[in-house]
Amino acid sequence: MPDRLAVRKTYKLYVGGAFPRSESGRSYEITSAEGRFLANAAMASRKDVRDAVVAARGAFAKWSGATAYNRGQVLYRAAEVLEGRRAQFVDEVAASEGRDRDDAAGTVDAAVDRLVWYAGWSDKIAQIAGSANAVAGPYFNFSVPEPTGVVAVLAPQSSSLLGLVSVVAPVVVSGNTAVVVASEDAPLPAITFGEVLATSDVPGGVVNILTGRTAELAPVLASHMDVNAIDLHGAAAGAATDLEQAAAENVKRVLRRPDAEPDWRADPDPHRMLAFLETKTVWHPMGV
Amino acid sequence: MSLLVPAAEHLPDALASESTLRRFLHGLPGVDQVGAEARAATLATRSIKRESKRWALDMAVRMTDLTTLEGADTPGKVRALSAKAVRPDPSDPTCPSVAAVCVYGDLAGEAAAVVAGSGVHVAAVATAFPSGRASLAVKLADTRDAVAAGADEIDMVIDRGAFLCGRYGEVLEEIVQVKQACGPAHLKVILETGELATLDNARRAAWLAMAGGADFVKTSTGKVTPAATLPVTLVLLEAVRDFAALTGRAVGVKAAGGIRSAKDAIRYLVMVNEVAGERWLTPEAFRFGASTLLNDLLLQRAKQRTGAYAGPDYFTID
Repeated sequence: MPDRLAVRKTYKLYVGGAFPRSESGRSYEITSAEGRFLANAAMASRKDVRDAVVAARGAFAKWSGATAYNRGQVLYRAAEVLEGRRAQFVDEVAASEGRDRDDAAGTVDAAVDRLVWYAGWSDKIAQIAGSANAVAGPYFNFSVPEPTGVVAVLAPQSSSLLGLVSVVAPVVVSGNTAVVVASEDAPLPAITFGEVLATSDVPGGVVNILTGRTAELAPVLASHMDVNAIDLHGAAAGAATDLEQAAAENVKRVLRRPDAEPDWRADPDPHRMLAFLETKTVWHPMGV
Repeated sequence: MSLLVPAAEHLPDALASESTLRRFLHGLPGVDQVGAEARAATLATRSIKRESKRWALDMAVRMTDLTTLEGADTPGKVRALSAKAVRPDPSDPTCPSVAAVCVYGDLAGEAAAVVAGSGVHVAAVATAFPSGRASLAVKLADTRDAVAAGADEIDMVIDRGAFLCGRYGEVLEEIVQVKQACGPAHLKVILETGELATLDNARRAAWLAMAGGADFVKTSTGKVTPAATLPVTLVLLEAVRDFAALTGRAVGVKAAGGIRSAKDAIRYLVMVNEVAGERWLTPEAFRFGASTLLNDLLLQRAKQRTGAYAGPDYFTID
């Protein structure tokens, strides 16, 4: 009885709710933290960025127009599916990040909890980012937060699942759509997270996940005139300034690259959600 | 049938009577539909890059008939569209004007006032567009009105009902009379290939239009699906090529409806070059009838110019 042949997986991108190959046809090997072969991943090109932005823009109207309550339900459902594939994520996080299984299990649990935490914010963010303003006239005056639009996200390089969830969930919960560049060396949990999104109720195009070289994809996203904001978290230290300059061309909102990697297990605060909101102020005549 | 048909000297036998006309049209070589689709698909895989792409994008802009054919068209919308036709991208002085503005006949005057002196033509749809269901007298009056209002190109529709019944002489006569009513204005004959059912019919209708004196044969009104497709445009390009070989007169082709992206437009240009030849690769001999296409062409031009992907926020919607 011969040994079973190994199934060597070649993963694809997650764009517009589908799993296309890279337009360039390129792929690269993903290895574990110790250098063992795990799978092949698609190496996205600038044209995949273009397609992903088109998909994200196309999904924006419906996603931002859905009720906040509905978006919360959809994200909660995604958390349920993530929980359902817990064992797979524990394996992948352990291999990708070189953690022992207990540590990896704790990280996966934290990622599920993080998604639930952000899902709960969907119909509450307006309470902290909006206000009823006192004005000198017979008007009701309200400020309400609205999503910025298409947000590019350079996911954290080291925390491949918890970090990813912690930067993507705050973008989409308020109604933005996202183009995410996964961790370059540890993209496997991000790829599987794409499968989670595809099999939950998140509409296609709301989250698009590209794998490949961050240094190649980030400048295309930063200079793209149809991207409204960018989270530079996963950018290389030396690249952040150039990316910020490119992003200034169409006055993108920029969440700057932190100097040190944060502790992703720590309790989050709302600042990542607040970074990708616009404020709309409405004057309404009083007493008529 | 005794018509003063422009192509009569080259097709004397065919145009002698209704029955010879039918025999001629049905004697045209049949179109291999599978072959036409395969050829169109093969040509669509051609990759056009860099300088060629820049050239193609500019050429596609220059070939565009910027179109608005809605019941809700207002004089203001037509004026705005006409201004855009003259200067499609105000932020880029190197951007060429489009070929023409295409509107309903009653608004041709509005368009003509804005584009005067710019070299942009005013095309008006006439002859009871889009259905073509009216008497000949009404169609001719419609045409004369549009020309009087300032249109220098007339887009007429053929009577598909008569064509599908096999009353080819009637269709031909209508085209000849509308051509006369056009006076100096160019005549584009809309075949509405989406309603003609087969590519054989598209080829016959194209020959009929050319025999009647058409300056352009146009695929569609844009109101019927399918509108312009690569295979049907291939058939029309073959027809104008063969007609030019026979008579020496180069009739143009206008692909209208359903062409929305620069990538699609470039595929058409490749086919024009490969099927009809370089002689047709000018705005005088090939046109796109489109409204949303222009913005995608402008986006792609901006990408070529700046190196960064452009966004639709920076271009006017109409």
